[in-house]
Amino acid sequence: MNRDWIDVAYLAAAVCFILSLKLMNSPVTARKGNWVAMGGMAAALLATMLNPAIKPGNLALIAILVVLGAAAAVWSGRKIQMTAVPQMVALLNGLGGGAVTLVALYEFLEASNAGITPEPIQRVTTVLSAIIGSVSFSGSLIAFGKLQEILPGRPLTFKGQQFLNMLLVVVLAGMAVGLLTVQGSSVPLFAGLVTLALVLGVSGVLPIGGADMPVVISLLNSFTGCAAGLAGFVLMNTALLIGGGLVGASGLILTLQMCTAMNRTLGNVLFGAVGSVIASSGNSALAGRQPKSYSVEDAAILLTNANSVVIVPGYGMAVAQAQHQVKEMAAKLMAIGIDVKYAVHPVAGRMPGHMNVLLAEADVPYDQLYELEQINPLFPETDVVLVIGANDVVNPAARYDKSSPIYGMPILDVDKAKTVIVCKRGMSPGFAGVENELFLLDNTVMVFGNAKTTISKIATALDSY
Amino acid sequence: MTLVAIVTIFILAIFVGLEVISKVPQTLHTPLMSATNAIHGVILVGGLLILGSAEGLAMTIIGGTAVVFGTLNVVGGFVVTDRMLEMFRGKKREKTS
Repeated sequence: MNRDWIDVAYLAAAVCFILSLKLMNSPVTARKGNWVAMGGMAAALLATMLNPAIKPGNLALIAILVVLGAAAAVWSGRKIQMTAVPQMVALLNGLGGGAVTLVALYEFLEASNAGITPEPIQRVTTVLSAIIGSVSFSGSLIAFGKLQEILPGRPLTFKGQQFLNMLLVVVLAGMAVGLLTVQGSSVPLFAGLVTLALVLGVSGVLPIGGADMPVVISLLNSFTGCAAGLAGFVLMNTALLIGGGLVGASGLILTLQMCTAMNRTLGNVLFGAVGSVIASSGNSALAGRQPKSYSVEDAAILLTNANSVVIVPGYGMAVAQAQHQVKEMAAKLMAIGIDVKYAVHPVAGRMPGHMNVLLAEADVPYDQLYELEQINPLFPETDVVLVIGANDVVNPAARYDKSSPIYGMPILDVDKAKTVIVCKRGMSPGFAGVENELFLLDNTVMVFGNAKTTISKIATALDSY
Repeated sequence: MTLVAIVTIFILAIFVGLEVISKVPQTLHTPLMSATNAIHGVILVGGLLILGSAEGLAMTIIGGTAVVFGTLNVVGGFVVTDRMLEMFRGKKREKTS
């Protein structure tokens, strides 16, 4: 097959990728956008199989591995709970990073075995894609471990950690320069480089708190894209160059937007170790207070006496898979003439848009969802706010307590409503490790328990009014 | 291809990425992250090329692992993204009906 035709297919794939990202600008066309990207990917992969470099003898092995991999991916992708999507994305991203590293390793070994010295650009990009791919691989696995709660979500820090990371970066840079200047090629040096980059991924992500994992995954997503693009230089492949470059750029933009939503800089997220100690409430007037605990029946009475109710979902709703119960309860409230709105904080849950996805799964209509800027002016006129498993995003300390790690983050001003009902498993601090004075305020009552059980009990109790 | 041509392609791809993405609404951020995650699975192209030319056990294992990782990345990424977006569409339908 003519090489030109392969490149034409790669061009078609690149156009599909760009169109797909464009179609994802709107919820109406987003799904079509994903299909267009799939089509582009299929074109790129099929065209690759026509490359004369692929030996007929290896075709069977390729087919077996692709079919097995695809079957495993479809099975796990369909089976996974929507709440576990963040860690699934982290895992898939790590595998992509691992694949980039393996491609770089292969190219390095092949050149080394043949005793040839590739072009300078290829030597540089082989080393860079191996480093970035390795950091993305091990870093994503740590992020997966934190979200899956195999590892503690809290930042794991020790004295001199940032110094160690700096040292790792310096040594890595030294090794990279060594690899590029040395005549011929040194396999042990390359192996050491990959090992050290893997260590850097681990030690770079461990000190970052679980609440910041979405930002980290997004950044590592960008890294993998960048590494794949660099691998495009190594293999002289336009599909990799364009696909990787697009994702490298888009991932970075997405990462910065997530940081903006939390009113923090990327540097603060990566090196701030936010949430390593439990920050005490800055409001001394509330010291020594105990939260008021209500039964589900009391909560149901509060709700039925309201004219307007705002529901604030958070990670607690996600882990308990309570979105269907929430929708059902909201339907009962609306049936007796109560105005129900949902307030969605941009970083509620573990990923931006996490709550939108879950509420969409439960068929909550779009027009009941309100964003931060729309809902905040409405809280003073709201009778009851029902906070379901949200914590840091409703902590009033973010507005005034400069010592609080979440100071400056835009929050939902639920404390301005007449009554706040908080459904929560216990008094434990949120993902950021900060205590929440909202729970101690006069107009706040707590209903302790699992979100799903609590909400379905409230819904049942509503039937008797 | 000349070096300059390759660098040109890469840089232009980065600029297109910056332009296209900056207009996406917040609610689509998670599906978008998942979709771009699937797109960088294009590294599977590299995996296919190296496994296709691999000789000897060690090189075949390296290539084979890259192909498996890449396949999981691509297919898993698209399946998860589609599941998320399916819900958005379902919601639209309910609103219009």
